[in-house]
Amino acid sequence: MSFIPVILWSDALVFLLLAAGLASVWHIRRHEHLLLPWRRVARNATAMVSLLLLSLFLLVGLLDTLHYRMALPEKHDGMTVYSPEVLSVFDQLVAPLRMHNEKTYSAPLAVTLYAKESVSDAQGRVLRDYPRLKYGGAHLTDVSQRDGDVLSRALTGAAAGLLAGMVLVFGSRSWMARRNWPVRPLSSTILVTAVLLGICINLASAYHLLGTDKVGQDVLYLSLKSIRTGLIIGTVTTLVTLPLALLLGIAAGYLRGWVDDVIQYIYTVLSSIPSVLLIAAAVLMMQITIETHPHWFDTAASRADLRLVFLCLILGMTSWTGLCRLLRGETLKLRELEYIQAAQAFGVSSFRILTRHIVPNVMHIVLISLVMDFSGLVLAEAVLSYVGVGVDPSMISFGTMINAARLEMAREPMVWWALASAFAFMLVLVLAANLFADAVRDAFDPRLNRTEAAA
Amino acid sequence: MTTSLLSVQGLVTQLRNGVRIVDDISFSIEAGETFALLGESGCGKSMTALSLLRLLPDGVANAQGRVILDGVELSGLREREMREVRGGTAAMIFQEPSLSLNPVLTVGQQITEVLALHQGMRGEVAKQRCVELLAQVGIPDPVRRVTEYPFQLSGGMKQRVMIAMALAGKPKLLIADEPTTALDVTIQAQVLQLLRDTQAATGMSLMLITHDLGVVAEMAHRVGVMYAGQIVEQSSRAQLFSQPLHPYTQKLLAALPDAARRGQSLSAIPGSVPPLGSITQGCRFAPRCDRAWSLCREQTPQWIMVAEEQGVRCHLYQDQGANRENRGGVIKVGAQQHQDNAKPDSILAHRSSILEVSDLKVHFPIRKGVLQRVVGQVKAVDGVSMQISQGRTLALVGESGCGKTTLGKALLQLITPTAGSVQLAGQELIGLNVRELRTRRAAMQMVFQDPYASLNPKMRVAEILEEGMTALNVGSDSAVRQAHIDTLLDKTGLARTAKWRYPHEFSGGQRQRIAIARALAVSPQLLICDEPTSALDVSVQAQILNLLKSLQQELNLSYLFITHNLAVVEYLAHEVCVMYLGRIVERGTAEEVLRTPRHPYTQALLSAVPRIEGAAGARISLEGDLPSPANPPQGCYFAPRCPRAGAACFAAYPAGSRQSETHHVHCHLY
Repeated sequence: MSFIPVILWSDALVFLLLAAGLASVWHIRRHEHLLLPWRRVARNATAMVSLLLLSLFLLVGLLDTLHYRMALPEKHDGMTVYSPEVLSVFDQLVAPLRMHNEKTYSAPLAVTLYAKESVSDAQGRVLRDYPRLKYGGAHLTDVSQRDGDVLSRALTGAAAGLLAGMVLVFGSRSWMARRNWPVRPLSSTILVTAVLLGICINLASAYHLLGTDKVGQDVLYLSLKSIRTGLIIGTVTTLVTLPLALLLGIAAGYLRGWVDDVIQYIYTVLSSIPSVLLIAAAVLMMQITIETHPHWFDTAASRADLRLVFLCLILGMTSWTGLCRLLRGETLKLRELEYIQAAQAFGVSSFRILTRHIVPNVMHIVLISLVMDFSGLVLAEAVLSYVGVGVDPSMISFGTMINAARLEMAREPMVWWALASAFAFMLVLVLAANLFADAVRDAFDPRLNRTEAAA
Repeated sequence: MTTSLLSVQGLVTQLRNGVRIVDDISFSIEAGETFALLGESGCGKSMTALSLLRLLPDGVANAQGRVILDGVELSGLREREMREVRGGTAAMIFQEPSLSLNPVLTVGQQITEVLALHQGMRGEVAKQRCVELLAQVGIPDPVRRVTEYPFQLSGGMKQRVMIAMALAGKPKLLIADEPTTALDVTIQAQVLQLLRDTQAATGMSLMLITHDLGVVAEMAHRVGVMYAGQIVEQSSRAQLFSQPLHPYTQKLLAALPDAARRGQSLSAIPGSVPPLGSITQGCRFAPRCDRAWSLCREQTPQWIMVAEEQGVRCHLYQDQGANRENRGGVIKVGAQQHQDNAKPDSILAHRSSILEVSDLKVHFPIRKGVLQRVVGQVKAVDGVSMQISQGRTLALVGESGCGKTTLGKALLQLITPTAGSVQLAGQELIGLNVRELRTRRAAMQMVFQDPYASLNPKMRVAEILEEGMTALNVGSDSAVRQAHIDTLLDKTGLARTAKWRYPHEFSGGQRQRIAIARALAVSPQLLICDEPTSALDVSVQAQILNLLKSLQQELNLSYLFITHNLAVVEYLAHEVCVMYLGRIVERGTAEEVLRTPRHPYTQALLSAVPRIEGAAGARISLEGDLPSPANPPQGCYFAPRCPRAGAACFAAYPAGSRQSETHHVHCHLY
């Protein structure tokens, strides 16, 4: 076999989440009344457009989660030896972006480096000039040809994208219409995205579309790789936060008494400690443990990955208090409502009251605050990386990109593209998640859907 | 018309999408007159009042019509001039006094603000006037009250302060939007008396918005009946009650529960008020009217003046002479029904009792300090004994805060009683552990006050009804339960298709039916109804009372009916307990307690109810409010408010005395 699949810890968690997601989709599809609110989501143009964008991000994230190690050409004692480098399917797909490293900074679509260097020409004279890039625009014989070439590549890319988009739209149009999806907004989004993708792909194959960073890595590649880290920090942390906050919050609010006292005490103490300090302490301890046990890890990637998973755990352990407090307050309000008392009068057990009456009625708060937290967590990762307790320095993330931008922004002339692309990618991701969650919440609120449901 | 203080002609208020909330309303109010605007909720009464003062919420606008107040056309005024009118010429008081006062300003500050704006008074003069106003509205110790905050005042006091604020601008017209709906009967009587006195003293006009026919009968000179955004009938009070013209008015009067209609079903109006804008063609009442014919559905009726002071919007009166004998038809039918219901429920004795309560106490400890030491007890229920027989209705009557609801919940063991005994069908409930209690729960269920809060909005009707059955193992499997749910829905008058809908798709009355069906799902013998109709309109209330009554006959249910509405008690109850500050002060059969009340509190409570028949005899008005149960008065709890209290009353709590086999009263007078 020429490769061996590798399942890192975070991969396992992602697969777990994916399986849970698929299982609930399967369950919902079998129950008409559960399907109804999702049908409403499907009719909402904003929701579907943001879902489309989100699924592009998810696709990149998932492809980036399928890890493997290549076999090395030479065998050792007849055994296949695998490369210590862990690659993902996504890495393979965008191999040129990953491999084409320049010397240092270069601007987006540039053909030369960003700073002048001393180069010796054919006559052996030493000149101060912008040296040509190794890969970016290497096919051009002269720098002045760049603008025309970029334009023609963009146009052909756009045309190809448009063609692909058209095919896709016309192929799926009747299918979408049959399911009552918003055809026009979806079609136009598909077309626009296809055109943009076409341009990007065509340009990125010959240039560094978003420039290169300090060590010459392609910024587009970095941004795309950051998506997975962002998604994992957003979702896995939620996986830790949610049960803690939900369980403790509604238990405190519903059961009152000493349970409430204990839970309140815990979260008051926890939230009065500066969270960065707490996280830093935990991360540093974890770091020491990892470094003193190098034999646990067979590759650098698995070490970086474990660090990411632990970071998520630690972030989750410290960030559940806000949601917990909210849920406790809401539950205090709900438990006095008469339908809870009616259930108590039937002798319904506390556990059933919590799961059947309280949880569904606090889900809107959970959903909103989770999506709000998602963006907060991606940003928290940036802050922590800045302090030096974030993800492993070898791991590509929005945080490390923003952290690096700290120095780039201070330099003259300024290097703006790394920060700008991290910003743009995060903006689209978080905005799409927010809009989608908003539409989902509306679709699930029975009070907003009375006329249609009555029909 | 020139002499009228307020004249409204063809007023139309509509939403941006053209839906008319107030549709072509005309009326006038003379100086010194009380005009009542009567109607159920959602009829556009409050919107009419807000339209007059141009205080409409966003998205709602006056579209047509003229409003002339004191000779000034209001619709032509600029906003700055309009501010002079509001609080100056015309003042308004609202339904919920606790929401109408700013909680962070003292009473004095809020009144002086009005004085400064409309009378130009400032400083010491304003303060002086402020005290005068508070004294005028009957607030004791006004000098101290001026410096107090709204939370230090009771509900009745707050409404008095609101009235004082309204009077501060010396208005010629006072618009009162359901001024007593949130108050108890005794407090309501105080506030209505105050409004009458003030009107007599200042000669202002009063526009009273209410849904309560009793209040109208007591206060109004002329009445406008509103239905779905239109005034359907306008007449003087006497004519309205003796000769209601519009079928809606007739039905509304017939739907009122009282003693005369005991044993027969109330003539409820089917359905509920249509959503605004849903009926564009024909008479808006036609779908609920049993005298509607094809013309009613095709053509919108015009305003017809039947007599000099009486107008109606109904096709029945188009050809006045021919239809005259139709008038009051429903009322006559009601009277006939009363005849054949002569036999009272005299077979009282020797029914097996389903619930026996003796000396039940519910005390809540007051804790203070770091160590949470108990520094006192709120005696919400303090030694209550009662018993309910199979198939009978016991009404528990009292003002809010007297512990009625706590008692109901303590019976259900939703609140753990401090002491006493509750025996359900001969078995003691107190001291049972959770599991033993669960087996007994099916026998006793509760119907709650607010049908909007008592159904989980995220559960469908079938799930709501099934929950109790699952918890108490009623029905062997899902199919049996589903069949049971179908029969329950039939029984409570709901369509079977209601099963798969969410509660918010139903109206208040339908929701209350669902709540009743939920309680019935486990086949209880006793139903505790905690003010089940107080959140509903009169016409819907009649539907629910009819339902409860027929269910009682059908299933031999017992009811504990917790209420403050004495008309409902008269209509429904077999026995009555009157509760005051956690204790029962009088109990007996409905006949005894309501016809020959012994305890001064019961007497006061009964005389405070506004009656349509008028001239209910001398009114006994109670001073002050219910004392705090944390700190009850010495001796008889009622003594400080009692008009007949003697020295003995302040010394010791009176022991019970028997007036008859069934009639007991706790009072030193007997």
